[in-house]
Amino acid sequence: MSAVPGPRPRPRTVIPGFGLTLGYTLLYLSLLVLIPLAGVFVHAAGLGAEGYWQVVSSPRVLAALKLSFGAALAGAAINAVFGPLIAWVFVRYEFPGKRFFDAVIDLPFALPTAVAGIALTALYAGNGWIGQYLEPLGIKVAYTPLGIIVACTFIGLPFVVRTVQPVLQDAEKELEEAAASLGANRWQTVTRVILPTVLPAALTGFALAFARAVGEYGSIIFIAGNLPMVSEIAPLLIIIKLEEFDYAGATAVASAMLILSFALLLVINGLQAWARRRHAHVR
Amino acid sequence: MSAITDSTLQDPPRLPPEFDRGPLMRRNAAVTEAPWVRWTLTAVALLFLLGFLFLPLLAVFVEALRNGVSAYFAALVEPDALAAIRLTLLIAAITVPLNLVFGVAAAWAITKFEFRGKSFLISLIDLPFSVSPVVAGLIYILIFGAQGWAGPWLMDHGIKVAFAVPGIVLATIFVTFPFIARELIPLMQEQGTEYEQAALSLGASGWQTFWRVTVPNIRWGLLYGVLLCNARAMGEFGAVSVISGHIRGQTNTMPLHVEILYNEYQFSAAFAVASLLALLALVTLGVKTYLEWRHGDELAATRKH
Amino acid sequence: MDIKIRGIHKAFGSFPALGGVDLDIASGELVALLGPSGSGKTTLLRVIAGLEFPDRGAIVFGEEDMAGRPIRERRVGFVFQHYALFKHMTVLDNVAFGLRVRERRERPPEAIIRERARELIELVQLAGLEKRYPAQLSGGQRQRVALARALAIEPRVLLLDEPFGALDAKVRKDLRRWLRQLHDKTGVTTIFVTHDQEEALELADRVVVMNRGRIEQVGTTDEVYEQPATPFVFDFLGNTNVLPGEVRGREVYVDGQDTPIVTASLHGSGPVDVYVRPGDLRVTDAGAPGFDAVIRSTQRTGPILRCEAVTASGQAIEIEVPHLHYDTQTLRPQQHVRLRLNQFSVFPRQARSGDGTLPDVVPNAPAEYRKRSRSG
Repeated sequence: MSAVPGPRPRPRTVIPGFGLTLGYTLLYLSLLVLIPLAGVFVHAAGLGAEGYWQVVSSPRVLAALKLSFGAALAGAAINAVFGPLIAWVFVRYEFPGKRFFDAVIDLPFALPTAVAGIALTALYAGNGWIGQYLEPLGIKVAYTPLGIIVACTFIGLPFVVRTVQPVLQDAEKELEEAAASLGANRWQTVTRVILPTVLPAALTGFALAFARAVGEYGSIIFIAGNLPMVSEIAPLLIIIKLEEFDYAGATAVASAMLILSFALLLVINGLQAWARRRHAHVR
Repeated sequence: MSAITDSTLQDPPRLPPEFDRGPLMRRNAAVTEAPWVRWTLTAVALLFLLGFLFLPLLAVFVEALRNGVSAYFAALVEPDALAAIRLTLLIAAITVPLNLVFGVAAAWAITKFEFRGKSFLISLIDLPFSVSPVVAGLIYILIFGAQGWAGPWLMDHGIKVAFAVPGIVLATIFVTFPFIARELIPLMQEQGTEYEQAALSLGASGWQTFWRVTVPNIRWGLLYGVLLCNARAMGEFGAVSVISGHIRGQTNTMPLHVEILYNEYQFSAAFAVASLLALLALVTLGVKTYLEWRHGDELAATRKH
Repeated sequence: MDIKIRGIHKAFGSFPALGGVDLDIASGELVALLGPSGSGKTTLLRVIAGLEFPDRGAIVFGEEDMAGRPIRERRVGFVFQHYALFKHMTVLDNVAFGLRVRERRERPPEAIIRERARELIELVQLAGLEKRYPAQLSGGQRQRVALARALAIEPRVLLLDEPFGALDAKVRKDLRRWLRQLHDKTGVTTIFVTHDQEEALELADRVVVMNRGRIEQVGTTDEVYEQPATPFVFDFLGNTNVLPGEVRGREVYVDGQDTPIVTASLHGSGPVDVYVRPGDLRVTDAGAPGFDAVIRSTQRTGPILRCEAVTASGQAIEIEVPHLHYDTQTLRPQQHVRLRLNQFSVFPRQARSGDGTLPDVVPNAPAEYRKRSRSG
């Protein structure tokens, strides 16, 4: 691969420490991240193509992967709608308690996932604060895939809000004034001028929230119910296989998740590059 | 050709140096919505935040105190809980400094120099954000576990990594190492290299430049990164869960202790320990809000966690 | 479309941005709003556009009162200082935007919209760049896209906020000439805001000089330059020497001089300020009407010889003569000279504030508005 970082500073610089800091960074990364991660693929490769496929295509694994990715997608989609809306309200409107609520948005970043998991369960269980009102309506949240979506929404929200917020903040009011001067009504201005400006950021936030939720474990397992084939997520399946000392199976599932996640990462980077090119600052 | 004009130029109040267009634009009908639209959107946004974020937080504390204050404290001073708290503090005390050094070194290399593969390196640093914490735990089991590459050798020499504190530390480092680097890179990118060049031109050594010029410039960003890193290190669950072995009193961190108590149906005890972690989160958010309010310009403009 | 502006007041909080502005603009005219930053010129433009609503006063387009009419109903073409081009749209889509957002029954079919947009792009000489995005254009090209976009709605009036402010000097000059031609071709009533006197004088039919939320003078470029109505206008349009003096009937005495300058039309008496441009000072014979000065230093800049001098009363002044002019022989450092005033204005002293300078200008006043002849 040609993109491997190498200690080759192009313009000579007077600032010291290049070899030391880059060397340390690469060493740290290699020892702690790259080599161990490569281990997953080496282990998985030990299964052989057929063995690997057998594990990954088993109904239980497929169901778990489908659930993890499906629920993450649903959660990210919910956030893709509400995240920009929340960002809009916080950037454009004034209301009491704004600073407090703005801080609360970051809660999923700071709150340990296990704590979030049991708290969400307490809220959405059949006898919980919110669950008790939903149950009579026939809506069961906790211990169903719906609960997993709720957890995915919880952990993903700040990703969308915090990527869209600065973009809205920087959006020039002049663009909206220009649209109005050209005869656009407010709805046309929002849909044709503001939303396209925000779209790349919202997509990036969506992808980040999705990537995070796919691998999420702590906040989901308490609310999920963990029924095989129904509400068992892929990370849990890895743990179950580990506990059964089925290391090969665990690595197979893990590598499948990794590959899918890396594909996502590529998409995120592509989106950001696209957004940078297309929406380079016009000044 | 010339004329005396009766100049009645009165002095109007002085103009503020640079008057702010903000408040008047807000009233401008061209760029805002009808009041009912504004109120509806605000209400929807706040209800969403209330239901998804605020209520869970509240639930932690309410459930923790359900059986009274004395039961709450009893759950915290119980020996296994104390051991979990001690272990969590120990893990944070080891991982945060290690990641601090890494974060500063990585940010220095990336922002002060140009080299090939830089953006690839940045992507590598972001990697843990898109790797499931469970996988993060798994990779160390694969190396240090009984069936792992280094497992047998370690066993022969009586060194325990998996299902012991070193394994927990490794998994925690993996999950938390991007936080400080991620906070510093955009900040130091913005500041460029002029300050350092100025210091060097004045005869400062590399270390002097770093300590006296760079560090003061990035201190708030650094603090912020440390804070986030610490919160995640203390609260990490998935990765630690895989590699710890859940041995009570020995390899049980606070989040794992919460899980054990919860699974044993000791709900208020579980929430009591969880409330400590929630408090940690609140303090983190509080300091973050304060930093953004007071030193907003000295924090990175764009941040992703 | 002619425009009548009547008694416009507009305050932002406690700051009065416009304090009673009256102005008539004839159909097809090209008018410049000229003033230092904070003079209210941009606010006035935004009030005319409907981006700002006045606290008092009326804006009338033709016979139609614009009170309470939002910008989208006014059909004004507004060109923003930084163009405000939609970054996610191509040049063509930007220009077509105003037609595409019309209500269905007024909206031309898509083919006609594209045709019209293409014509406009051709008019602003950007044919071939229809598919580019704003980020792929130069500053001058963006400016022209912004113009084409504003013209697409067939505006009743074209409003431009500092149209050349963000461009380099060279591009600025070309665009200025081109905009004048475009205006002559389209005939749309046009108002533009500028703080650059040269720009205003070169481009506009009439110049509206503004200061502190009021209009100081309205006139053709010759009028405001040759017959400034107020010290502010005199000072704002070019370099100025201010000489304290006294008027007695038709005689003006510059301080420290006993030979008066006799004028045709002065009367009254009292302390005054004599305003004279550096280029209107010439060497004359001793004893002739004028005042004495000692040359301090001279410097040639291109075709002009610039001299710094001090009057008998200690006032620093500046003199400009063409490089090969007869006077350059006398204008040497340490020379004592008698100077005559070819053209000047006299304003009563009370126009100045107590410390002997002109009323303070706003902070951040543009460089053009720095006093050059103030005594050190």
